[in-house]
Amino acid sequence: MPQIFSKKANTYSRVSLFCLLALPAGAIMAGMAVTRGPAQTNVGMPLDQPVPFSHKHHVEELGIDCRYCHASVETSAKAGVPTTETCMSCHAHIWTNSPLLEPVRKSYETGVPIKWQKINKVPEFVYFDHSIHIARGINCNTCHGPIQDMHITWKGQYFFMRWCLECHREPEKYLYVNPRDPDKDPRQKAFDLYSLNKYGEDLTPIEWRNLEGSDLKFSKDQIAEGEKLVEKWGVKVKQLTDCWTCHR
Amino acid sequence: MGMDNEQKRNDLAALQAKLAQSRGKDLWRGLEEVSETEEFNRWLDDEFPNRGTLPHVDRRDFLKFMGASMLLAGLSGCRFLPKSHIVPHVMGPEDRVTGIAVYYATTFVQNGFGTGVLVRTYEGRPLKIEGNALHPSSLGASDATMQAAMQTMYDPDRAKAVTYRGEPSTWELALGSFRKCLEQTQKGELGPVAILTPVTTSPNFAAWLRKFVNQTGARWFQYDGVGRDAAREGVRMAFGDDTTPVYDFKKANVIVSLDADFFSEGPGHVRYTRDFAERRRVHGEEVELNRVYAVESTPNLVGAFADNKKRCKASEVRQVAEALATAIGLGSGGTAPASVGDSFVQQAAQELLANRGSCLVVPGEHQPKEVHALAHAMNVFLGNSGLTVTYVEPVEADSKSGVLSIGRLAEAIGSGQVGTLLILGGNPAFDAPADLNFAGALSKVEHTFHMGVYANETSELCDWHLPEAYFLEAWGDARAHDGTASIIQPLIEPLYEGKSQLELIAALCNDPRPGHDLVRDFWMKDRGLSKEAWERALHDGVIEGTAGREVAATLQPLNLDPAQTTSGLEVIFRPDPTIGDGFYANNGWLQELPKPLTKTTWDNCVYVSPKTAEELKLNVWRDADNPQHDLAEVTVGSASVRAPVIIQPGHPDGAITLHVGYGRTKAGAIGDGCGSNVYPLRTTATMHFAGNATLKVVGKTKVANTQYHHSMHGRDIVRYGSVSKYKENPTLEPPGTMHIGGHGKDEDKYNLFRQGKKDHAFDGHQWAMVIDLGLCVGCNACVSACNVENNIAVVGKDQVINGREMHWIRIDRYYGSKDGAPSLDSPDTHFMPLACMHCEMAPCEPVCPVAATVHSAEGLNMMVYNRCVGTRYCSNNCPYKVRRFNFLYFTKQYEMPSLKMLMNPDVTVRSRGVMEKCTFCVQRINKARIEEKKSGVPLKDGDVITACQQACPTQAIIFGDLTDEQSQVNKWRHEHRNYTLLPELGIRPRTTYLAKVTNPNEEVEA
Repeated sequence: MPQIFSKKANTYSRVSLFCLLALPAGAIMAGMAVTRGPAQTNVGMPLDQPVPFSHKHHVEELGIDCRYCHASVETSAKAGVPTTETCMSCHAHIWTNSPLLEPVRKSYETGVPIKWQKINKVPEFVYFDHSIHIARGINCNTCHGPIQDMHITWKGQYFFMRWCLECHREPEKYLYVNPRDPDKDPRQKAFDLYSLNKYGEDLTPIEWRNLEGSDLKFSKDQIAEGEKLVEKWGVKVKQLTDCWTCHR
Repeated sequence: MGMDNEQKRNDLAALQAKLAQSRGKDLWRGLEEVSETEEFNRWLDDEFPNRGTLPHVDRRDFLKFMGASMLLAGLSGCRFLPKSHIVPHVMGPEDRVTGIAVYYATTFVQNGFGTGVLVRTYEGRPLKIEGNALHPSSLGASDATMQAAMQTMYDPDRAKAVTYRGEPSTWELALGSFRKCLEQTQKGELGPVAILTPVTTSPNFAAWLRKFVNQTGARWFQYDGVGRDAAREGVRMAFGDDTTPVYDFKKANVIVSLDADFFSEGPGHVRYTRDFAERRRVHGEEVELNRVYAVESTPNLVGAFADNKKRCKASEVRQVAEALATAIGLGSGGTAPASVGDSFVQQAAQELLANRGSCLVVPGEHQPKEVHALAHAMNVFLGNSGLTVTYVEPVEADSKSGVLSIGRLAEAIGSGQVGTLLILGGNPAFDAPADLNFAGALSKVEHTFHMGVYANETSELCDWHLPEAYFLEAWGDARAHDGTASIIQPLIEPLYEGKSQLELIAALCNDPRPGHDLVRDFWMKDRGLSKEAWERALHDGVIEGTAGREVAATLQPLNLDPAQTTSGLEVIFRPDPTIGDGFYANNGWLQELPKPLTKTTWDNCVYVSPKTAEELKLNVWRDADNPQHDLAEVTVGSASVRAPVIIQPGHPDGAITLHVGYGRTKAGAIGDGCGSNVYPLRTTATMHFAGNATLKVVGKTKVANTQYHHSMHGRDIVRYGSVSKYKENPTLEPPGTMHIGGHGKDEDKYNLFRQGKKDHAFDGHQWAMVIDLGLCVGCNACVSACNVENNIAVVGKDQVINGREMHWIRIDRYYGSKDGAPSLDSPDTHFMPLACMHCEMAPCEPVCPVAATVHSAEGLNMMVYNRCVGTRYCSNNCPYKVRRFNFLYFTKQYEMPSLKMLMNPDVTVRSRGVMEKCTFCVQRINKARIEEKKSGVPLKDGDVITACQQACPTQAIIFGDLTDEQSQVNKWRHEHRNYTLLPELGIRPRTTYLAKVTNPNEEVEA
């Protein structure tokens, strides 16, 4: 009796078996790659805005404090986006004829607001509060990325819940004091980083991590230092991971 | 039909006997529970009563669906991030910070009288109404209507545009048309102009009306569907002149209520309830309670709370008043009706006499003028004038109004003396006395204009409809129950084309200024307020020094008309306890709010006593699978109405109660077709009650009643006792109560939070609530406040019938007895507010397969909507049945653009398939905690106030931090009366109760 399958059937069967396992796994991994990558999360993607506003220019080069425009960041859950009036407080005097600023002037004249694309957004079921994070000295860049380097603003972090929990579970890795002035109000310290960097101060590893978003290996001493701050500022670590702290 | 009824009819004697035999269970929820029929118990025990409404799916289909859902479940997590925009202001508004709510003072008007409120606005949207602590009618408290009024503001069915005979038109055309009418009248081509308004207390509006009347020779009439004519006429009868009585319940040791419900009706009722509660507080050994004697017809909240209560027909209250007057030595010849009995009247009289100057006789809003006159006469006779009751100059702008006024208007129309009729607010075509045939009269007027928040039954019959701005959109003013004036300050530009009545009438006087200028100029120019005083009035919500001046009230000799008695079956007409005279018919929150005593929703019913039900051969049984009530047809004269029958223990015999306000046909999507219209039964002569009614059963119908849902199967729940019992045993604990870890010496042994066990690592503030049952009057303010604060969905009548209402807090009503035999006829009534208790050992938590309900470090039982997959095991395991499940997409209604604006942005709007429950207002806790951390100033007691606590007029709810030794909640928890509900479960609920202490006069014969 002749053989039913020729020799090459072996190869086909092996390849089929491999594909049977590999394709679904590949599909799942591809799906994960898409959902976690910038294609879905928009991290690192500058969006088209009606006005090509540059944070790098305003923050780094001009040294304007964050709170000049995001005025309610210390008091309210929302940081606030500047009104046209705020833009015009300077641009009524400088760059008054710049074509890039035409939408701003038009908005001021007509009373129709500028419609910005939203970059940083947490889902509706997350009740995020800017003010308390600032009060604890969490620097803007921790969540928003190296804003001083952004010509057109992009999203700095993907805002997955596990990313939030990194800090809420281990706040000792994120709390720090300004070593040049350890008693400084943590709230104020959060905004000092840009000028310290601009004027060439030596930044500590934590400060670098916060400013540029670089990875950081913590030593035992650094963690002990952070734990002292947790204690000193009365941060209730268990409470930070209570569901109702952020969802309700 | 009749035969069927006959067979299934309850044997009341047997019920009574059964009740008398019952030992452990002397609290019962209703007749069906006492009767304990097999059908009823089956219905009660069924986890899914009325399962007929659930879809029938066979096993194969079920598996298919399950398989498909599991496959697709993962996909539901996949989506691309939605694009959204940030649209900042062009010019930043002053004092507004994005993300921070601002409060403004304004005035809520009920029946013409103003109550000061503070309204929370969020980015320009008014969201929540709270009482204004500085306003004399509120003192910080509010009531159910005031809370729910927010929904009326955003009601998509509100009148949006000027219409002429149903076609869209404009303000210019409408005003032009009216001016043309005026011209024609001046030329004599058209009959005179008449204006019909609701009763108003606004000095400004009245001034403009008078100006208009002077300019044009128009006539001004006033009418409220459910008005206070009797109260005003009673005062006039007693003193020969108009004054407004202002009560001081704080000073009254003895209060006699003549069918009065000062907890929920009439000017100042919120304030009165708060004052009253001051005299009901029991702390340790201090037991100085006032005593309430109540005579009631339709059971009301004061009767439910009263220490001694008697029921009689509404027409008999006057006899009681006369008997009481005789007994205190004022007048002669009065004898109490048999239903009340001499003993009650004599005892009440004795105590009144013993407390001259510190007692109070309060007449009911819906009693005839003679009862009011007698009550005032007794108060003056007892020396209460100037002490517990002060007579101030009339608060109403024109106190000579009411049913006589609309009668005169109807007469004028009938004789062709009205060429143009302008109706400002109100709905006379719906609610005017039936004998006036006001709807018919309207057609005889050549030009008719109606202004209203809604285009209602009256607008339909008028040529022109003008949209009115709601009180949150307009400037105005109103006076409180004591005359204090306050400004109505808008919180938002009118959503639609609305204008205020004030603006309209000024425009008709050729003064088209905006409302703000009219109000400011009136108070600053005419009334001489300085700029500072005006600004302070806006800020504080009261205009200082405007309280009514006291007037000398000298009693006139009373010439009482012969008593208006009724024969045959008496019908008592009352405004609906939730939707009032019908204005709020389209307010879903109020429709679904259970009526305080009967717990029915969405309907008006025929309320009847057990004994009369037996005489009328009415059926109380429910069919287990298909609970139905008798549908009765009540006929008075030539008019009749059909409504379901509810047998209400405590209702007087020989009478039935019908609530007006229902049966609207032009209310809107929610209110149309709910209940039946009772107004056609009510005539000028029988505004409050009528005799010779007939009732016959014409069929069966369903009633959406929350009464039997979430039953606790008759266990001892409400703890209560008289003052003497309290002095014997201050815990008021029934013998044989089991304890595991309740209050008392075992506290520490079982107290997980103090031991700090690993599983329950409590940290930080520990939140707890105590509810004083001795103060709860059952008014529903807390339920309504919770609805607004927490975005509670309205589910509709059918779903309430299925037991799916979503209220996070409910007020259970129990009937009980004092000491003697429990009584079906006149039981004691107890209320118990119940929300999630946040048990330290919460039974709901371990049964959740997805950890969607877990415990927080601060002792809160958290519910995580995003994790919930809807197994409902938690609800199954909750001993208090306080969890609510979104069986359907109930919140879809809130996707409508205007209703979207109603939602509190601090609270998630829950979707289908998730469980929800009371959160202890965690959004308020989080806010306070964040402020605490930012400022570094520790929270003080009272910094976190839950919505229910804030609304409560009696301050029966206390919320606070257990770790603060000095906190009020700790003090209450250390009262002897403090007890845990179902202590034997050992689940350590964070909400505990204080047993109710009553102060009955034991001498009164039953």
